Amino acid sequence: MFEVFGIPSTALFGQLLIGLINGSFYALLSLGLAVIFGMLNIINFTHGAQYMLGAVTAYLLLNYAGLGYWPALVIAPIVVGLLGILIERVFLRWIYRLDHLYGLLLTFGLALIIEGIGRNYLGTAGLPYTLPDSLRGGRNLGFMFLPNYRAWVIAASLLVCFGTWFIIERTRLGAYLRAATENPALVRAFGINVPRMITLTYGFGVALAAFAGVMAAPIYNVSPNMGSELIIVVFAVVVIGGMGSILGAIVSGFGLGVIEGLTKVFYPEASNTVIFVVMAIVLLVRPAGLFGRRT
Amino acid sequence: MERFVDPLVSKPSTLRVGSETIAFAVMVLGLVITPLFVYPLFLMQAMCFALFALAFNLLIGYVGLLSFGHALYFGWASYLSAHAAKVWGLTPELAILTGTLTAALCGLGAGFLAIRRQGIYFAMITLALAQMMYFFAVQAKFTGGEDGIQAVPRGHLFGLIDLRNDTAMYVVVLTIFLAGFLFIYRVIHSPFGEVLKAIRENETRAISLGYKTDRYKLVAFVLSATLAGVAGATKAVVLQLASLTDVNWPMSGEVVLMTLVGGLGTIFGPVVGAFVILAMQYKLAFMGEWVLVIQGAIFVVCVLLFRRGIVGELAGRLRIRL
Repeated sequence: MFEVFGIPSTALFGQLLIGLINGSFYALLSLGLAVIFGMLNIINFTHGAQYMLGAVTAYLLLNYAGLGYWPALVIAPIVVGLLGILIERVFLRWIYRLDHLYGLLLTFGLALIIEGIGRNYLGTAGLPYTLPDSLRGGRNLGFMFLPNYRAWVIAASLLVCFGTWFIIERTRLGAYLRAATENPALVRAFGINVPRMITLTYGFGVALAAFAGVMAAPIYNVSPNMGSELIIVVFAVVVIGGMGSILGAIVSGFGLGVIEGLTKVFYPEASNTVIFVVMAIVLLVRPAGLFGRRT
Repeated sequence: MERFVDPLVSKPSTLRVGSETIAFAVMVLGLVITPLFVYPLFLMQAMCFALFALAFNLLIGYVGLLSFGHALYFGWASYLSAHAAKVWGLTPELAILTGTLTAALCGLGAGFLAIRRQGIYFAMITLALAQMMYFFAVQAKFTGGEDGIQAVPRGHLFGLIDLRNDTAMYVVVLTIFLAGFLFIYRVIHSPFGEVLKAIRENETRAISLGYKTDRYKLVAFVLSATLAGVAGATKAVVLQLASLTDVNWPMSGEVVLMTLVGGLGTIFGPVVGAFVILAMQYKLAFMGEWVLVIQGAIFVVCVLLFRRGIVGELAGRLRIRL
C-alpha cells in the first residue's frame, strides 16, 4: 500500500472504481437517451423508471421464478424493451409532430405512473438483490482490492456501449438509422419502414436502460426511487456531452463518473453536486457541450 | 408542427377586455366569499401555489421556455423566509422579502446559465441546477435536513397586525396574490411582454429585428424566479413550515402539472390549475402513493388529448380571451 496526496491508495483506487461503476451507468443511460433522442426527438424522462423496472424485473425473476442473475440479464431487457415498444405505440407516436417539450412532459407523466406503482407494491425502502455465486469474491491487485462483480459491470457496460456505437456507426442498419435521423421523409421514400425503425429504436434504448438496471441491482438496492434520482444526473451528463455523438455520450458518462469518484476522496461534501458544477462550468465555457453541435 | 402554446388562445377579439375583467372580478369575489365555506388554510396554500404557477407560466406561456426546476426558487425562498422569521426574528413582510431576494439571486445565476441553450436542453439544465441546490439544502445546517424548519412564527405584520389570526393572514395572502397576478398581467401586456411573445413565436426573427433576445429571456427568467420566490416565501409564513419537499424535483413537476391542467399561456389557467390539483391532493390524500400515479396519468391525458387545458379550452370554445 502506498499513498497519493496523503490518501491511501486503496481508498483512492476504491473510489475510482466506484466512479467507474457509476460512470458505466451514466454512459449506458445517456447512450440510450441519445439514441432515442436521435430517432424520436424526445427526451425520454421515463428512462430512469425503465432502468428501475429492469432492476425490479430481475428481483421478481429471482424471488418468484427462481431465475438468477444471468437469465435476468437477458430476460429483463427484453421484457422492459417490449414494454417500451408498447409505450411507443400507445402514447409516444401521437406527439412526434408536436413541440419537443410535450415529449418531455408525456414521458415525465409516464415516469410518475411507473414510479408510483412501484412505490405501492415495493415500498420506498430498498430490497436487496443477492449476487450470483460466480461473481462473488475478488482479487487483490497489490494497490487495491478488485471485487469480481464490479470488474464485470465495467467490462460489460464498455462492451455494450461500444457494441452500440459499432452498430450505429459501422453497420448498414446503423446507416439507415442515421439517415432516418437526418431526413425521415427521404428514407421512407427509399422504401424503408421508418415508423417501425422508430419503434424498435425506442425499444432498444429502453432495453439498454433495463440492462443497466439489472447490473445495478446487486450494487444498489432495488427501490422504486432508484431511477428518478439517477436520471437527473444523467440529464446533466447529457447536457455536458451533448446528444449529437454516441462516443461523446460514452466518454462523458465514464469521465464524469470518475470525476465524481475522485471528488468523494478529496472533498466528499461536494460529491453529490460535482457533476452539476461541471455542467455549469461547461455551459460557461462551451455552451454547446463538449461534443455537441450548436442546437 | 403544433406549437407549444396555441396562438388561438391568445387571439384578440372584441370581447377581450370584457371577458378578462369579468373573469378577474369573479375570481376576486370568489376568493373573498369562499373562506366562509372552505377551510381558509387550504385557500391560502392554494393562492401561494397559484402565484407559483403564474410565475412559471410567465416563462412557458409567454417566452416558450420550459423550466423544470422551479422548485429551486420556491423552495429556497421558503427556507430563507422561514429562517429570517424564526432565527433572525424579522417581521413577516421582511421575511418574505428576504425569501424573494434569495429567489431573485438564484434566478439570476440559474437563468444566466440556462439561457445559453435552447429547447429541451433548457429544461434539462434548469432541472439539473435545481437538483444541485436540492443537495445543498440537504447538506446545509440551517435547513434542518429531513425535519425542515418547523414552527415558523407568523409574527406581526409591520410589527402591528397579529398574523396568528387566520383572517388577517388571509387578507395578507390575498393581497400578495392579487398584486402578483396584476403585476404578471401588466408584464404580459407591456411592450416588454410583446417582445417576449415575439421570442416565443420566432426567436431568430426577433434577433434579426435587433432585439437582444438573451437579455429579454434573462429578465423574464429572473422575474419568474422572483415571483415564484414570493409564493414560496409567503407559503413558509402561512404554513409555518419550510421543508425539503418544497425544493425537490417533484415540486417542479407539480407546478408544471398545475399550469398544464389550467392552460399554458392563458392568464387564468395557472390559478384554476393550482386550485384543481391542490384540491385533488387533499381529497385523494387517503390514497397514499396512488396520488403519484394519478398525477402521472393526468400529465399523459393532458399532453395527448387536452393540450389547451381547462381555461384554454373554455376560451377557445367561447372565442374569448382568458
